[in-house]
Amino acid sequence: MPKPLKELLDPRQAAESVASTQVWKSIFRHGYPDSPRNRALTMISNVFLHLHPIRMKKHGLRLRYTWCMGGLTFFLFLIETITGLLLMFYYRPTPEYAHYDMQYLREDVPVGITREIHRWAAHAMVITVWLHMFRVFLTGSYKPPREFNWGIGVFLLVFTLLLSFTGYLLPWDQLAIWAITVGSNMARATPFLGHEGPGASLLKIGDLNLVHAGDDAKFGLLGGRFVGAPALLRFYVLHCVGFPLLLATLIAVHFWRVRRDGGISGPA
Amino acid sequence: MGFLRDLVNAIFTGPTLGPVLIFTISVGGVLALLRWYRVLTRPKVAGAALVAAVVAFALSLGDHNFRLIVAKPDNVPIVMLFFLVGFFTWLALRQAALNDERIEQGKPPREAEESEKSLTWPDLVYIEFLSTVFVTAALLLWSILLKAPLEPPSNPTETPNPSKAPWYFLGLQEMLVYYDPWMAGVVLPSMIIVGLIAVPFIDPNSKGSGYYTLKERKFSIGMFLFGFVSLWCTMIILGTFLRGPNWNFFGPFQRWDPHLLFPLVNVDLSEYVWVHWLGVGKPNSILLREMPGFLAVIAYVVLVPPLFAKRLIPVDIAAKIRGSGLPKALGEVLAAPFAAKAFFAEMYQRLGFVRYNVLMLLVLSMMSLPIKMVLRWTINLKYIVSIPEYFFNI
Repeated sequence: MPKPLKELLDPRQAAESVASTQVWKSIFRHGYPDSPRNRALTMISNVFLHLHPIRMKKHGLRLRYTWCMGGLTFFLFLIETITGLLLMFYYRPTPEYAHYDMQYLREDVPVGITREIHRWAAHAMVITVWLHMFRVFLTGSYKPPREFNWGIGVFLLVFTLLLSFTGYLLPWDQLAIWAITVGSNMARATPFLGHEGPGASLLKIGDLNLVHAGDDAKFGLLGGRFVGAPALLRFYVLHCVGFPLLLATLIAVHFWRVRRDGGISGPA
Repeated sequence: MGFLRDLVNAIFTGPTLGPVLIFTISVGGVLALLRWYRVLTRPKVAGAALVAAVVAFALSLGDHNFRLIVAKPDNVPIVMLFFLVGFFTWLALRQAALNDERIEQGKPPREAEESEKSLTWPDLVYIEFLSTVFVTAALLLWSILLKAPLEPPSNPTETPNPSKAPWYFLGLQEMLVYYDPWMAGVVLPSMIIVGLIAVPFIDPNSKGSGYYTLKERKFSIGMFLFGFVSLWCTMIILGTFLRGPNWNFFGPFQRWDPHLLFPLVNVDLSEYVWVHWLGVGKPNSILLREMPGFLAVIAYVVLVPPLFAKRLIPVDIAAKIRGSGLPKALGEVLAAPFAAKAFFAEMYQRLGFVRYNVLMLLVLSMMSLPIKMVLRWTINLKYIVSIPEYFFNI
């Protein structure tokens, strides 16, 4: 028998009837989270939420303790991934097109703040990851049993910087190539591996230098003697594929270890 | 106002006084925080400091040259970094002060009072949700207000002056003033990474895990604040706002004049020893020429750790100096080296041979930067070891 219209329009009853459908039940395997049991089920039956424990100590909820910096770093990483994906639709990593595509993004692409969000969120992510490390250090949270996860965190910090560094080149403007030139010039001074590094001139067979401007660490980084087309492609691939994959993997390890090592740190 | 601005400009003119002042303020600030953190983090004191900083910043924004640098869209994050690092240093040390007071009274830290459990849904999830909403809104606002800059197309034949690395690497670029690229760009950054990873293994202090405290971990927190705030963040702020064309130092209200030139009068240690002191001229043999430098570096890296570790002097000599009836400040200053010596000897006992030596290598590497800065500022020392023939300069 069809339900009376009044019953269908009542929000509470309508919600109940939606929640009792087969479709709804196939997605959510628990009732409305208003009882401890259903709240626990909410956490463990959702692949994203199950990163968290079901219960946690109250001090770990306090912003004054956690500063929320680790979580925000992860959130900014997600924003970077989404906006980065959108930007990839409009960008070709070759010297002929790169700067032209940036102008196009700047002037003509609808909802033209994607690049802005990507750039400012990248700056913000570097700051939040530093502040996260700062907080973890000051609360002594690297101490046993969390030593290993602290090390993972250091790598996450380094890869965040490298991710930002590789992205710095992509606009292919004056700021980009000269910043990368300054940065990559350091590589040619690598001991033994850079052609202006200490010890490199000792590595030779007869008169043949093994380390020179055409094969040293800087050359390997840039794919050339200076910042050119190969460097742009290299940085693009590392920025869009290499480092994000590495970072995502390490983030998974980091989160998993946070749980394994006892959740958020606290006094013994 | 104009008088103040002229005064600041006058102080900051020249290549040395500016960096000296900046680092004195940042190092002195961190030392003062470590010493008097309980007073300095009181809401009234810290609030006054914040108001002073904001007012000084707001007034400075009235100056054309200051605005030119600070309001550059890409420099906005560094302004944020300045205030955020200040705020969170206060937040951490304030909670440390409160906890240390509690611990002295025999009570557990505040964090331990809240050890009862709470359901993650909804208590944590809604905080996370609100944070993401807040950050998204802030980012959208930021992105609407400030357009991401785009400079002219890249041109390999036209070098901008100054050419700066991305802002988070400006600490390394600033180190280039005092070190060669192989140290500033390769060795020291690698040591920072290795040193950070090593932190949990060279700090066996089991206290202060999972709550804010300073008293129980003064050395480790002091070292971290020194490295992160006094050196790393300070060099980024200095490199962004105060380094102009030719990497010259400019005051916050000075025009970045690209034609400004300062004659370099920096001198290597070998020149000091052989030419100035012995008066015989530099020897031809590289090894002999650089022997003084090598000896200095070896003494610093190899001899300092065991010297500090051995109990060469009675442990209580610092206490004796302090109690000897000298004026208090003078007694403190005279006692400080002996107290440090005793502290490290005690640390060697606690850490053991391997941990102690790894820690000392890292600490000495970090301290080599301020030491080289001071040597540069005082006696214009360029390199301690200088073998340009092999790109080997320290």
